[in-house]
Amino acid sequence: MPAPVLVSSLVPLAAVLVSLAAVPLILLSARRPNLREFWTLAAAFAKLALVVALLPGALAGRVAETRLLELSPGVALGLRADPLGVFFALVASALWVLTSFYSIGYVRGAGEKRQTRYFASFAVCLSATVGIAFAANLLTFLVFYEVLTIATYPLVVHKESREAIAAGRKYLAFALSAGVALIAAVAWTHTLAGRLDFVAGGLLEDVALAPGAGRALFLLFLGGVGVKAAIVPLQSWLPAAMVAPTPVSALLHAVAVVKSGVFGVVRVVGFVFGPGWMRELGLDLLLAGVAGATILLASLLALKQDNLKARLAYSTIGHLSYIVLGVALLSPAGFAGGVFHLATHATMKITLFFCAGAIYVHLKKDRISQLDGVGREMPWTMGAFAVGAAGLAGVPPVNGFLSKWLLCLGSLEAGAPWALAVLLTSGLLNAAYFFPIVHRAFFRPAAAQSDEAKRKGEASPLLVVPLVTTALASLALGAFPDAALGLFELARAVAVSALGGGGAS
Amino acid sequence: MTPEHLPVLIPLATLVATLVVPFCGQRRGRAAFWVASAGTLAALVFALGGLAHTAGGGRVAYRLAGWQPPVGIELVLDPLSAFLCAVVAAVALLVLAHSRRIAARELAGRLTPFYAAATLLVTGLLGIALTGDLFNLYVFLEISSLAMYALLAVGDARAPVSSFRYLLLGTAGASFYLLGIAFLYMLTGSLNMADVAALLPGVLDSPTATVALVLVALGIGLKMALFPLHAWMPDAYAHASSPAVALIAPIGTKVAAYVLIRFFFFVVDPEHARSALPLLDVVGYLGAIGIVWGSVMAIAQDDLKRMLAYSSVAQAGYLAVGIGLASPLGLIGAVLHVLNHACMKACLFMVSGTLRRELGHSRLSALDARTRRVLPWTSAAFATAALSMIGLPPTAGFFSKWYLALGALERGRWLLLAAILVSTLLSAVYFFRVLERVYLRAPAADAAEIAAPAPVPGEGGIAWATLPTVALAAGLVVLGLLNARIVEVLLRPMLPPGL
Repeated sequence: MPAPVLVSSLVPLAAVLVSLAAVPLILLSARRPNLREFWTLAAAFAKLALVVALLPGALAGRVAETRLLELSPGVALGLRADPLGVFFALVASALWVLTSFYSIGYVRGAGEKRQTRYFASFAVCLSATVGIAFAANLLTFLVFYEVLTIATYPLVVHKESREAIAAGRKYLAFALSAGVALIAAVAWTHTLAGRLDFVAGGLLEDVALAPGAGRALFLLFLGGVGVKAAIVPLQSWLPAAMVAPTPVSALLHAVAVVKSGVFGVVRVVGFVFGPGWMRELGLDLLLAGVAGATILLASLLALKQDNLKARLAYSTIGHLSYIVLGVALLSPAGFAGGVFHLATHATMKITLFFCAGAIYVHLKKDRISQLDGVGREMPWTMGAFAVGAAGLAGVPPVNGFLSKWLLCLGSLEAGAPWALAVLLTSGLLNAAYFFPIVHRAFFRPAAAQSDEAKRKGEASPLLVVPLVTTALASLALGAFPDAALGLFELARAVAVSALGGGGAS
Repeated sequence: MTPEHLPVLIPLATLVATLVVPFCGQRRGRAAFWVASAGTLAALVFALGGLAHTAGGGRVAYRLAGWQPPVGIELVLDPLSAFLCAVVAAVALLVLAHSRRIAARELAGRLTPFYAAATLLVTGLLGIALTGDLFNLYVFLEISSLAMYALLAVGDARAPVSSFRYLLLGTAGASFYLLGIAFLYMLTGSLNMADVAALLPGVLDSPTATVALVLVALGIGLKMALFPLHAWMPDAYAHASSPAVALIAPIGTKVAAYVLIRFFFFVVDPEHARSALPLLDVVGYLGAIGIVWGSVMAIAQDDLKRMLAYSSVAQAGYLAVGIGLASPLGLIGAVLHVLNHACMKACLFMVSGTLRRELGHSRLSALDARTRRVLPWTSAAFATAALSMIGLPPTAGFFSKWYLALGALERGRWLLLAAILVSTLLSAVYFFRVLERVYLRAPAADAAEIAAPAPVPGEGGIAWATLPTVALAAGLVVLGLLNARIVEVLLRPMLPPGL
């Protein structure tokens, strides 16, 4: 792969700003819901188009770059559409399109209040997410990271109930503490290295680090990005945040926000510390150990959740650490698998959340023990659920199998058979906590709830079409990984550039 | 008009306004407002002219009445003093505009003295920034303090007592300063800053010089409410009228911090103050304690004004930390924070003033979502300023913390760094507590009738109060995004040569 060439372009900036520009329009059309939702959809499609426009360049090694004003002397507010950034932006913006349709169906179906604030916050969140994806340096990353923290808050407390406000406080306590750790880490990096640009192979690569200081710096970074990545012991805000409306849980707490944290881990490992320092300071083992523990604990905790969204939340915590584990292994296949899992988990988990939301809006059921026989009423929804669940457990041909396969290869490559054992155990646990749901839905007779049974049939197409689409996307991405938007190729390109040479398997 | 007259024109503009305001008479507060605003606007224009003229390191000295220094008094416009004058005049102008209707209500019948004292305060602050003479600085310090005592004495029933307390402490502070420069005069035989700076290196090691430096630090520390000399501030701010506090809080203590910077980095050799005598270290660590203490106390308050007053104690701590670091990054952080905090605090105290006018109180426990419905723009401005106070990017507040954090790291001062960062979380606690109420707390159902804001007869809309507030809030984002330009163009040239 040729060395990337930087091309000055405003497209990355436009991709960030397009949803921000929609915010005033959304606020101004508060009294005309259809117009308001039109702005959301327009921004979503425009954003996706802009990100897709950046894809060929990223694949060919021509990296589009926007350098705006300086944020701090010597550090620009810089956006750079490198392969990793485009990869994440693509996942987030593609799923935002589907989530927007789904959101409209959901908030209208569930009769949510304060929908204008909801759609406006959502648009800000997506701007921040794409900003995180394209951030060319740590300070830009930090700016968007904090914007995302704040923009998500109104969505977490959306219901304005006592429980929602408590969850919001918890979320802020975790996320702002993380922000503080990140500020300290970024400032320290600036003091050590004198610059903050992300460099494939590590911006600290040539900087002399004392072992103690290096480890402390890494822990600060890990504290900073680990909260959004929900690694143990920083995970407990995520199940609490499930009090938010389901589309928020689906896009933000399974894709955008949490993956921003994981994306931060990838950036820190591959582009700040680099494989050299990671190995030298023993940080790869530390990170892999934390990720392995998170995977097992989260999977075990998921088993005992009866609330469907809570179970999905714990499953998310486990799967986020798949990515962290893959990156921590520092082997080409593992790195590529981790990055690819960022996309595969997104399509599968958003499917599951969409299903949970459809069931909630349509049947007002949110507990797993209530789901007996639901599959016969809502075959499309539960069919999609089965696809997503199978994928997360690693069953081919769903895309989850592919990323997991790479992760397993990676753990062998890195000489860490224990990681392989963790991944396989977790696969079994995934099956153990997901398949009973599918079994209940399809093979148990419906409970005798005659009043509810009147509402037979599927939920609104605004809900069902997106979730079937994401399920199909999961299948397609598993069967033809290179056909769909070149995600797989991008993931391998990222691994190659971050680990420096050596082809991905 | 030529640039060499700018140093004297800046304070003269507001001084003339002070002298003209009484002619407006007791009844015609409206005319007094326009005179005061015109004077402040003129000062702002001159200050901006001075800023443009000195950008890049120019220096304009004006000799009052043609007397040569060191005998005569010199007014000096350099990048630092021009910057401070611009901040003081701009914030004062916005606050005056904001307070127009509020002052008419809270200070009915006392508008003329209010505007006279307000312009006198601004004159004093501008004079402190501009003077090149240590004793003349004392004079301007007393002018501004007297105006402050008068402004703070009007408010609720306890305002005179708390203002009197401030008068006692403030006079003590000013006397310490006077004593300090008297010792310096003993040593050097001069009061002109540039002159003293040239003479001082030879005698800095004498005990007299040490006593002088400590006295000056003590006196000015009291004026800037440096922990533990801050006790006068919360009461004085909480009881005084909203317009007075909105005017004093953003710029009053900042100018005291400026005196510390001017004295310890331009008159005294900063290396000396740092190495031979750990005075600046003490200032820095006291600042750090003040940051944490002020933030914790702010969490405990139920009244918005009092909460903001304690938060000012914490913010004065930031300035002290930057000064205490005695490094280019620390000073940049401190001076940038002078600007940022002036804008944030002005915005927040404006919100408190608007709340008191529209709701009749600023008790936090009585705020709920009705507040946002009645005052959507004010609430949004409050939210923005709160995020900036917490220090979240891309608002201005983040960047002053950023430079201070870089400065603390550069010097290896981990405790200072920890204080700066921990205060982020503490201020998040007290600001989100308010935001939660204003945005999320459903109003109690039975209180619905009281909810309707009492329409104020004959006072028209609240655009006067709202526009400056919103402008400042929007300015916080702009300042944040442009901070690197401000640092490069305005703040780098002002760094003292010895640093």
